[in-house]
Amino acid sequence: MNSAEELLRKYIADNILFSGQGYPYADDTSFLENGIVDSMNVLELVMFVEQKFGIKVEDAEIVPDNFDSVARLAAFVRRKQELTAV
Amino acid sequence: MTETTTGFSRRSLELDAASEVDRIVAFLQENVLRRLHRQGAVVGISGGIDSSVVLALCARAFGSQRVVGILLPEQESSPESAELAHLLAKRFDVQTMIEDITPALLGAGCYRRRDEAVQRVFPEFEPDWKSKITLPGNLLEEDRLNIFSLTVIKPDGSEQTQRLPLREYAQIVAASNFKQRARMAMLYYHAELRNYAVIGTPNKNERDMGFFVKYGDGGADINPIGHLFKSQVFQLARYLDVPIEIQQRPPTTDTYSAGSTQEEFFYRIPFEILDLVWLGYERDVPREEIAAALSLSEDQVGRVIADIERKRRATDYLRAHPINLDPAE
Repeated sequence: MNSAEELLRKYIADNILFSGQGYPYADDTSFLENGIVDSMNVLELVMFVEQKFGIKVEDAEIVPDNFDSVARLAAFVRRKQELTAV
Repeated sequence: MTETTTGFSRRSLELDAASEVDRIVAFLQENVLRRLHRQGAVVGISGGIDSSVVLALCARAFGSQRVVGILLPEQESSPESAELAHLLAKRFDVQTMIEDITPALLGAGCYRRRDEAVQRVFPEFEPDWKSKITLPGNLLEEDRLNIFSLTVIKPDGSEQTQRLPLREYAQIVAASNFKQRARMAMLYYHAELRNYAVIGTPNKNERDMGFFVKYGDGGADINPIGHLFKSQVFQLARYLDVPIEIQQRPPTTDTYSAGSTQEEFFYRIPFEILDLVWLGYERDVPREEIAAALSLSEDQVGRVIADIERKRRATDYLRAHPINLDPAE
Protein backbone atom coordinates (compact mmCIF):
# COMPACT_ATOMS: atom_id res chain seq x y z
CA MET A 1 0.00 0.00 0.00
CA ASN A 2 1.27 3.46 -0.90
CA SER A 3 2.13 5.84 1.93
CA ALA A 4 0.22 9.09 2.39
CA GLU A 5 3.35 10.93 1.23
CA GLU A 6 3.48 8.94 -2.01
CA LEU A 7 -0.21 9.51 -2.76
CA LEU A 8 0.08 13.24 -2.05
CA ARG A 9 3.20 13.65 -4.17
CA LYS A 10 1.55 11.89 -7.09
CA TYR A 11 -1.69 13.85 -6.79
CA ILE A 12 0.08 17.20 -6.69
CA ALA A 13 2.47 16.30 -9.52
CA ASP A 14 -0.33 15.04 -11.77
CA ASN A 15 -3.09 17.56 -11.00
CA ILE A 16 -1.48 20.77 -9.80
CA LEU A 17 2.07 20.95 -11.14
CA PHE A 18 1.57 18.96 -14.37
CA SER A 19 5.28 18.30 -14.03
CA GLY A 20 5.39 15.15 -16.12
CA GLN A 21 8.30 14.03 -13.93
CA GLY A 22 6.78 13.36 -10.54
CA TYR A 23 6.95 15.65 -7.51
CA PRO A 24 10.22 17.59 -7.80
CA TYR A 25 10.47 18.97 -4.24
CA ALA A 26 11.46 17.61 -0.84
CA ASP A 27 8.59 16.52 1.41
CA ASP A 28 9.25 19.38 3.82
CA THR A 29 9.32 22.10 1.12
CA SER A 30 6.74 24.80 1.90
CA PHE A 31 3.88 24.79 -0.61
CA LEU A 32 3.00 28.39 0.06
CA GLU A 33 6.45 29.95 0.19
CA ASN A 34 7.43 28.26 -3.05
CA GLY A 35 4.21 28.86 -4.96
CA ILE A 36 3.59 25.11 -5.31
CA VAL A 37 -0.09 25.46 -4.44
CA ASP A 38 -2.39 28.49 -4.28
CA SER A 39 -5.61 28.91 -2.32
CA MET A 40 -7.72 27.12 -4.96
CA ASN A 41 -5.28 24.23 -4.81
CA VAL A 42 -5.52 24.12 -1.01
CA LEU A 43 -9.26 23.64 -1.40
CA GLU A 44 -8.54 20.91 -3.94
CA LEU A 45 -6.19 19.22 -1.46
CA VAL A 46 -8.82 19.41 1.28
CA MET A 47 -11.25 17.56 -0.98
CA PHE A 48 -8.61 15.07 -2.08
CA VAL A 49 -7.58 14.04 1.45
CA GLU A 50 -11.21 13.85 2.59
CA GLN A 51 -12.08 11.49 -0.25
CA LYS A 52 -8.86 9.52 -0.44
CA PHE A 53 -8.27 8.99 3.27
CA GLY A 54 -11.84 9.04 4.55
CA ILE A 55 -11.32 11.91 6.97
CA LYS A 56 -13.31 15.07 7.68
CA VAL A 57 -11.30 18.29 7.63
CA GLU A 58 -12.67 21.04 9.87
CA ASP A 59 -12.37 24.70 8.80
CA ALA A 60 -10.10 25.47 11.76
CA GLU A 61 -7.71 22.74 10.59
CA ILE A 62 -7.01 24.43 7.23
CA VAL A 63 -3.85 26.13 8.50
CA PRO A 64 -0.21 26.13 7.32
CA ASP A 65 0.75 23.71 10.13
CA ASN A 66 -1.39 21.05 8.40
CA PHE A 67 -1.38 22.09 4.74
CA ASP A 68 1.98 23.64 3.91
CA SER A 69 4.04 20.64 2.76
CA VAL A 70 3.73 16.99 1.80
CA ALA A 71 5.22 16.00 5.19
CA ARG A 72 2.84 18.20 7.20
CA LEU A 73 -0.21 17.11 5.24
CA ALA A 74 0.70 13.43 5.51
CA ALA A 75 1.22 13.78 9.28
CA PHE A 76 -2.13 15.56 9.58
CA VAL A 77 -3.85 12.78 7.63
CA ARG A 78 -2.36 10.12 9.92
CA ARG A 79 -3.40 12.01 13.06
CA LYS A 80 -6.95 12.31 11.76
CA GLN A 81 -7.08 8.65 10.77
CA GLU A 82 -5.91 7.62 14.24
CA LEU A 83 -8.59 9.78 15.84
CA THR A 84 -11.22 8.26 13.54
CA ALA A 85 -10.05 4.76 14.39
CA VAL A 86 -10.31 5.31 18.16
CA MET B 1 1.27 57.34 19.07
CA THR B 2 4.22 54.96 19.07
CA GLU B 3 7.25 55.93 16.99
CA THR B 4 10.18 53.55 16.60
CA THR B 5 13.91 54.21 16.28
CA THR B 6 13.63 54.16 12.45
CA GLY B 7 10.85 56.75 12.60
CA PHE B 8 8.28 54.22 11.41
CA SER B 9 4.84 55.05 12.80
CA ARG B 10 1.19 55.30 11.87
CA ARG B 11 2.09 58.60 10.24
CA SER B 12 4.35 56.87 7.72
CA LEU B 13 1.37 56.43 5.38
CA GLU B 14 0.64 60.14 5.32
CA LEU B 15 0.95 61.82 1.92
CA ASP B 16 1.47 65.39 0.87
CA ALA B 17 -1.97 65.31 -0.72
CA ALA B 18 -1.55 68.50 -2.76
CA SER B 19 1.64 67.40 -4.48
CA GLU B 20 0.36 63.84 -4.97
CA VAL B 21 -2.76 65.17 -6.69
CA ASP B 22 -0.60 67.38 -8.94
CA ARG B 23 1.57 64.38 -9.80
CA ILE B 24 -1.43 62.21 -10.71
CA VAL B 25 -3.09 64.97 -12.72
CA ALA B 26 0.09 65.42 -14.78
CA PHE B 27 0.31 61.63 -15.22
CA LEU B 28 -3.28 61.48 -16.48
CA GLN B 29 -2.82 64.38 -18.89
CA GLU B 30 0.42 63.09 -20.31
CA ASN B 31 -0.80 59.55 -20.87
CA VAL B 32 -4.45 59.97 -21.81
CA LEU B 33 -4.16 63.04 -24.01
CA ARG B 34 -0.68 62.77 -25.50
CA ARG B 35 0.24 59.09 -25.37
CA LEU B 36 -3.12 57.37 -25.89
CA HIS B 37 -4.57 60.28 -27.92
CA ARG B 38 -7.92 60.11 -26.10
CA GLN B 39 -9.77 63.37 -25.53
CA GLY B 40 -11.36 62.78 -22.16
CA ALA B 41 -12.28 60.23 -19.51
CA VAL B 42 -15.01 57.74 -18.76
CA VAL B 43 -15.21 56.59 -15.13
CA GLY B 44 -17.56 53.98 -13.71
CA ILE B 45 -18.82 55.47 -10.45
CA SER B 46 -20.21 53.36 -7.63
CA GLY B 47 -20.41 55.80 -4.76
CA GLY B 48 -17.30 54.18 -3.30
CA ILE B 49 -14.16 56.00 -2.27
CA ASP B 50 -11.91 54.81 -5.10
CA SER B 51 -14.11 55.72 -8.06
CA SER B 52 -15.00 59.00 -6.35
CA VAL B 53 -11.38 60.03 -6.01
CA VAL B 54 -10.67 58.97 -9.60
CA LEU B 55 -13.59 61.05 -10.87
CA ALA B 56 -12.36 64.09 -8.94
CA LEU B 57 -8.83 63.62 -10.29
CA CYS B 58 -10.15 63.34 -13.85
CA ALA B 59 -12.22 66.51 -13.47
CA ARG B 60 -8.99 68.29 -12.46
CA ALA B 61 -6.96 66.75 -15.24
CA PHE B 62 -9.34 67.15 -18.16
CA GLY B 63 -11.95 69.66 -17.01
CA SER B 64 -15.40 68.51 -15.96
CA GLN B 65 -16.75 68.91 -19.51
CA ARG B 66 -14.45 66.13 -20.72
CA VAL B 67 -15.39 63.60 -18.04
CA VAL B 68 -18.41 61.29 -17.98
CA GLY B 69 -19.36 59.34 -14.86
CA ILE B 70 -21.32 56.19 -15.60
CA LEU B 71 -23.47 54.52 -12.95
CA LEU B 72 -23.74 50.80 -13.65
CA PRO B 73 -26.29 49.38 -11.22
CA GLU B 74 -27.89 45.95 -11.38
CA GLN B 75 -30.81 44.46 -9.50
CA GLU B 76 -28.73 43.60 -6.43
CA SER B 77 -26.89 46.94 -6.12
CA SER B 78 -27.42 48.94 -2.98
CA PRO B 79 -29.69 51.96 -3.72
CA GLU B 80 -27.29 53.99 -1.59
CA SER B 81 -24.61 53.51 -4.27
CA ALA B 82 -26.60 55.47 -6.85
CA GLU B 83 -27.49 58.25 -4.41
CA LEU B 84 -23.86 58.75 -3.49
CA ALA B 85 -22.71 58.61 -7.11
CA HIS B 86 -25.15 61.39 -8.03
CA LEU B 87 -23.98 63.45 -5.08
CA LEU B 88 -20.42 63.03 -6.26
CA ALA B 89 -21.12 64.00 -9.87
CA LYS B 90 -22.94 67.11 -8.70
CA ARG B 91 -20.02 68.11 -6.47
CA PHE B 92 -17.59 67.97 -9.40
CA ASP B 93 -20.05 69.17 -12.05
CA VAL B 94 -19.58 66.04 -14.13
CA GLN B 95 -22.15 64.63 -16.55
CA THR B 96 -23.57 61.27 -15.44
CA MET B 97 -25.39 58.48 -17.19
CA ILE B 98 -27.16 55.47 -15.77
CA GLU B 99 -26.72 52.12 -17.49
CA ASP B 100 -28.62 49.35 -15.74
CA ILE B 101 -26.74 46.15 -16.56
CA THR B 102 -29.44 43.82 -15.16
CA PRO B 103 -30.77 42.78 -18.60
CA ALA B 104 -27.24 41.94 -19.77
CA LEU B 105 -26.66 39.87 -16.63
CA LEU B 106 -29.98 38.07 -17.02
CA GLY B 107 -29.07 37.31 -20.63
CA ALA B 108 -25.72 35.91 -19.59
CA GLY B 109 -27.29 33.81 -16.85
CA CYS B 110 -25.28 35.51 -14.10
CA TYR B 111 -27.85 35.13 -11.31
CA ARG B 112 -29.11 31.72 -12.44
CA ARG B 113 -25.66 30.16 -12.71
CA ARG B 114 -24.61 31.60 -9.35
CA ASP B 115 -27.79 30.46 -7.58
CA GLU B 116 -27.50 26.95 -9.03
CA ALA B 117 -24.18 26.64 -7.24
CA VAL B 118 -25.57 28.15 -4.03
CA GLN B 119 -28.42 25.63 -4.12
CA ARG B 120 -26.02 22.72 -4.41
CA VAL B 121 -24.53 23.81 -1.08
CA PHE B 122 -27.85 24.85 0.54
CA PRO B 123 -30.65 22.90 -1.24
CA GLU B 124 -33.31 24.86 0.65
CA PHE B 125 -32.03 28.18 -0.81
CA GLU B 126 -34.84 30.30 -2.31
CA PRO B 127 -34.60 33.20 -4.80
CA ASP B 128 -35.62 35.73 -2.13
CA TRP B 129 -32.71 34.72 0.15
CA LYS B 130 -29.45 36.62 -0.04
CA SER B 131 -25.96 35.20 -0.29
CA LYS B 132 -22.32 36.23 0.00
CA ILE B 133 -18.93 34.60 0.17
CA THR B 134 -16.32 35.50 2.78
CA LEU B 135 -12.85 34.58 3.99
CA PRO B 136 -12.14 33.67 7.62
CA GLY B 137 -11.94 36.79 9.79
CA ASN B 138 -9.59 37.38 12.67
CA LEU B 139 -6.36 37.19 10.67
CA LEU B 140 -4.43 38.69 13.58
CA GLU B 141 -5.28 35.75 15.87
CA GLU B 142 -5.53 32.75 13.55
CA ASP B 143 -3.32 31.56 10.71
CA ARG B 144 -6.18 30.15 8.64
CA LEU B 145 -5.60 29.78 4.91
CA ASN B 146 -7.72 31.68 2.40
CA ILE B 147 -10.63 29.30 1.97
CA PHE B 148 -13.99 30.88 1.17
CA SER B 149 -17.25 30.19 2.98
CA LEU B 150 -20.75 30.76 1.65
CA THR B 151 -23.31 32.52 3.83
CA VAL B 152 -27.02 32.54 2.99
CA ILE B 153 -29.45 34.88 4.70
CA LYS B 154 -33.18 34.18 4.92
CA PRO B 155 -35.77 36.99 4.72
CA ASP B 156 -36.15 36.75 8.54
CA GLY B 157 -32.46 37.58 8.91
CA SER B 158 -31.27 34.15 10.07
CA GLU B 159 -27.97 33.02 8.54
CA GLN B 160 -26.25 29.76 7.65
CA THR B 161 -22.60 29.45 6.69
CA GLN B 162 -20.69 26.57 5.16
CA ARG B 163 -17.25 26.05 3.60
CA LEU B 164 -17.46 26.15 -0.19
CA PRO B 165 -16.43 23.10 -2.19
CA LEU B 166 -14.13 23.86 -5.12
CA ARG B 167 -16.66 23.49 -7.94
CA GLU B 168 -19.32 25.61 -6.25
CA TYR B 169 -16.78 28.28 -5.27
CA ALA B 170 -15.53 28.50 -8.84
CA GLN B 171 -19.06 28.70 -10.26
CA ILE B 172 -20.20 31.42 -7.85
CA VAL B 173 -17.12 33.53 -8.58
CA ALA B 174 -17.24 32.95 -12.34
CA ALA B 175 -20.94 33.85 -12.50
CA SER B 176 -20.57 36.90 -10.25
CA ASN B 177 -17.68 38.15 -12.38
CA PHE B 178 -20.17 38.77 -15.20
CA LYS B 179 -21.06 41.91 -13.25
CA GLN B 180 -17.62 43.50 -13.47
CA ARG B 181 -17.14 42.35 -17.06
CA ALA B 182 -20.51 43.72 -18.18
CA ARG B 183 -19.55 47.04 -16.57
CA MET B 184 -16.21 47.07 -18.37
CA ALA B 185 -17.91 46.43 -21.73
CA MET B 186 -20.35 49.28 -21.12
CA LEU B 187 -17.57 51.68 -20.10
CA TYR B 188 -15.71 50.95 -23.32
CA TYR B 189 -18.87 51.57 -25.31
CA HIS B 190 -19.12 55.07 -23.87
CA ALA B 191 -15.39 55.68 -24.20
CA GLU B 192 -15.24 54.64 -27.85
CA LEU B 193 -18.32 56.71 -28.62
CA ARG B 194 -16.44 59.84 -27.50
CA ASN B 195 -12.82 58.91 -28.19
CA TYR B 196 -12.25 58.95 -24.43
CA ALA B 197 -10.17 56.64 -22.26
CA VAL B 198 -11.55 54.28 -19.60
CA ILE B 199 -9.99 55.25 -16.32
CA GLY B 200 -9.42 52.37 -13.89
CA THR B 201 -10.24 52.64 -10.21
CA PRO B 202 -8.23 49.86 -8.49
CA ASN B 203 -5.97 50.98 -5.66
CA LYS B 204 -2.70 49.33 -4.62
CA ASN B 205 -4.40 46.87 -2.24
CA GLU B 206 -6.68 45.65 -5.00
CA ARG B 207 -4.06 45.54 -7.73
CA ASP B 208 -1.30 43.82 -5.77
CA MET B 209 -3.45 41.38 -3.79
CA GLY B 210 -5.60 40.51 -6.78
CA PHE B 211 -8.89 41.91 -5.52
CA PHE B 212 -10.23 42.66 -8.99
CA VAL B 213 -11.74 40.81 -11.91
CA LYS B 214 -9.45 40.17 -14.85
CA TYR B 215 -10.89 42.06 -17.84
CA GLY B 216 -13.60 43.35 -15.50
CA ASP B 217 -12.79 46.19 -13.14
CA GLY B 218 -9.17 45.36 -13.96
CA GLY B 219 -9.84 46.31 -17.60
CA ALA B 220 -8.98 49.96 -18.19
CA ASP B 221 -6.55 52.18 -20.09
CA ILE B 222 -4.82 53.76 -17.11
CA ASN B 223 -4.83 53.32 -13.32
CA PRO B 224 -4.26 56.68 -11.60
CA ILE B 225 -4.51 55.36 -8.01
CA GLY B 226 -3.00 51.91 -8.53
CA HIS B 227 0.04 52.93 -6.50
CA LEU B 228 -1.89 54.18 -3.45
CA PHE B 229 -2.88 52.23 -0.35
CA LYS B 230 -6.55 52.42 0.52
CA SER B 231 -5.85 54.64 3.50
CA GLN B 232 -3.97 57.04 1.21
CA VAL B 233 -6.95 57.14 -1.15
CA PHE B 234 -8.99 58.38 1.82
CA GLN B 235 -6.41 61.14 2.34
CA LEU B 236 -6.80 62.30 -1.25
CA ALA B 237 -10.59 62.16 -0.86
CA ARG B 238 -10.36 64.61 2.04
CA TYR B 239 -8.08 66.93 0.09
CA LEU B 240 -10.25 66.79 -3.04
CA ASP B 241 -13.39 67.47 -0.99
CA VAL B 242 -15.20 64.27 -1.97
CA PRO B 243 -18.63 64.34 -0.25
CA ILE B 244 -18.31 63.37 3.40
CA GLU B 245 -21.03 60.69 3.05
CA ILE B 246 -18.73 58.82 0.65
CA GLN B 247 -15.69 59.24 2.86
CA GLN B 248 -17.57 57.78 5.82
CA ARG B 249 -19.09 54.78 4.03
CA PRO B 250 -17.41 51.41 4.82
CA PRO B 251 -15.88 49.97 1.61
CA THR B 252 -18.19 47.27 0.23
CA THR B 253 -17.94 44.83 -2.65
CA ASP B 254 -21.46 45.66 -3.91
CA THR B 255 -21.24 42.37 -5.79
CA TYR B 256 -23.12 39.88 -3.62
CA SER B 257 -26.81 40.11 -2.84
CA ALA B 258 -26.10 40.11 0.90
CA GLY B 259 -24.06 43.17 1.82
CA SER B 260 -20.40 42.31 2.27
CA THR B 261 -17.63 44.62 3.38
CA GLN B 262 -14.27 44.36 1.62
CA GLU B 263 -12.76 43.43 4.96
CA GLU B 264 -14.94 40.34 5.45
CA PHE B 265 -14.90 39.39 1.78
CA PHE B 266 -11.20 39.59 1.20
CA TYR B 267 -8.79 41.58 3.35
CA ARG B 268 -9.58 39.97 6.74
CA ILE B 269 -8.33 42.94 8.80
CA PRO B 270 -8.98 46.70 8.89
CA PHE B 271 -7.16 48.80 6.28
CA GLU B 272 -5.40 50.93 8.88
CA ILE B 273 -3.55 47.80 10.05
CA LEU B 274 -3.07 46.11 6.68
CA ASP B 275 -1.68 49.20 4.95
CA LEU B 276 0.84 50.04 7.62
CA VAL B 277 2.14 46.48 7.95
CA TRP B 278 2.43 46.29 4.18
CA LEU B 279 4.27 49.61 3.93
CA GLY B 280 6.70 48.52 6.63
CA TYR B 281 7.23 45.19 4.89
CA GLU B 282 7.95 46.92 1.56
CA ARG B 283 10.42 49.26 3.22
CA ASP B 284 12.20 46.41 5.05
CA VAL B 285 11.28 47.83 8.44
CA PRO B 286 12.08 45.17 11.08
CA ARG B 287 8.98 43.29 12.20
CA GLU B 288 9.43 44.32 15.82
CA GLU B 289 9.27 47.96 14.76
CA ILE B 290 6.14 47.44 12.67
CA ALA B 291 4.62 45.65 15.65
CA ALA B 292 5.57 48.48 18.01
CA ALA B 293 4.08 51.13 15.71
CA LEU B 294 0.75 49.30 15.70
CA SER B 295 0.77 47.89 19.24
CA LEU B 296 0.67 44.38 17.82
CA SER B 297 2.77 41.29 18.53
CA GLU B 298 5.44 40.18 16.07
CA ASP B 299 3.41 37.01 15.47
CA GLN B 300 0.43 39.08 14.41
CA VAL B 301 2.57 41.13 12.04
CA GLY B 302 4.00 37.90 10.65
CA ARG B 303 0.51 36.56 9.92
CA VAL B 304 -0.45 39.71 8.05
CA ILE B 305 2.75 39.61 5.98
CA ALA B 306 2.24 35.93 5.18
CA ASP B 307 -1.29 36.66 4.00
CA ILE B 308 -0.09 39.51 1.76
CA GLU B 309 2.58 37.28 0.23
CA ARG B 310 0.17 34.40 -0.34
CA LYS B 311 -2.42 36.59 -2.00
CA ARG B 312 0.15 38.25 -4.23
CA ARG B 313 1.56 34.93 -5.38
CA ALA B 314 -1.86 33.36 -5.81
CA THR B 315 -3.07 36.18 -8.06
CA ASP B 316 -0.13 36.55 -10.48
CA TYR B 317 -2.44 35.09 -13.11
CA LEU B 318 -4.84 38.02 -12.78
CA ARG B 319 -2.09 40.54 -13.49
CA ALA B 320 -0.57 38.58 -16.36
CA HIS B 321 -1.08 39.91 -19.89
CA PRO B 322 -1.84 37.56 -22.80
CA ILE B 323 1.32 35.63 -23.59
CA ASN B 324 2.65 35.65 -27.14
CA LEU B 325 5.01 33.08 -28.60
CA ASP B 326 7.12 35.72 -30.32
CA PRO B 327 6.73 38.90 -28.30
CA ALA B 328 6.71 42.09 -30.36
CA GLU B 329 9.77 44.31 -29.94
